[in-house]
Amino acid sequence: MGILDFFKNKPKNTANVAKERLRIIVAQERAQRDSPDYLPTLRREILEVIKKYVNVDPDAVLISVERDGEHEVLELSVALPEKANAALGNG
Amino acid sequence: MTEIIVVTSGKGGVGKTTTSASLAVGLAKRGKKVAVIDFDVGLRNLDLIMGCERRVVYDFVNVINGECTLKQALIKDKRYDSLFILAASQTRDKDALSRDGVDKVLKELAEDGFDFVICDSPAGIEKGAALAMYFADRAVVVVNPEVSSVRDSDRILGLLASKTRRAELGNGAVEQNLLLTRYNPNRVESGDMMSIADVQEILGIEVIGVIPESEGVLAASNAGVPVILDETSNAGLAYDDAVARLLGENRPLRFIDAQKKGLLSRLFRS
Repeated sequence: MGILDFFKNKPKNTANVAKERLRIIVAQERAQRDSPDYLPTLRREILEVIKKYVNVDPDAVLISVERDGEHEVLELSVALPEKANAALGNG
Repeated sequence: MTEIIVVTSGKGGVGKTTTSASLAVGLAKRGKKVAVIDFDVGLRNLDLIMGCERRVVYDFVNVINGECTLKQALIKDKRYDSLFILAASQTRDKDALSRDGVDKVLKELAEDGFDFVICDSPAGIEKGAALAMYFADRAVVVVNPEVSSVRDSDRILGLLASKTRRAELGNGAVEQNLLLTRYNPNRVESGDMMSIADVQEILGIEVIGVIPESEGVLAASNAGVPVILDETSNAGLAYDDAVARLLGENRPLRFIDAQKKGLLSRLFRS
């Protein structure tokens, strides 16, 4: 570092920011690209069924396909609302 | 064997046509028989970059529709006898290109003994771009070290791996090469442009060339002389290196280091 750097505003390293953002979005898009076409529909339908019983958030259902050697694992995760009374009554 | 190379990128304005023209000229200069085809139907521009815009009589779509022969539509380059240009049609009909039609033209070029066919893809991922890549053996993915260009290139890599003849026939993957353009080593050093390593790490494919940002590129397109012919321009020399690498030569990258600072600034910044 030179002496003059003391008097200059150090510019932000925007290239690193770009690289980080890209790394995340590209990984996400690749995962989507490699997953079966039916996933979004499956997710929507599962959400509709769950909603009949529990009042969950539309973002509460996560679905993904993981490849593990020769196997494919369909991973489904549903976040239930915290309050127990969020469940729909038996009306 | 004819090698079909698609020059593609997803994003527009990154230098596909400039690259197509320079690769074609560079290969012809080394004695290869080359055809370069503009797939951008409705937005023809390769003819301008190659400097043959006033000699276009028939185009790609005319050949596909049987309105002329391939021989009539191929424009012979004035500089190299073994280089031919097939212009895009200026029709507004986006469906004018068909897969069978493109296949027919490529087969005829192979029968005529062409060593290379360069397919200059339009931007986007619509029909023209899809057809430009469909028959490719190799893809040169042109990318600027900039977020939207890198992201779009990754999208293109996904399509190359699934929507090409090679992918469909299980004939081995399309070889994928990265060509960085508008690279500015000084800005990379100061931390406001992604480096070659950064882009390569994200996209995960081999770099076949790095073209520095250069005034020579605009001057070349102004004049209709592909920049590879300008031996005073770093961009031209970098394209020549890329052509050598396409042909299997091993050349180190040039023009990728920041320019040396003057004595005074070196004293103060070590």
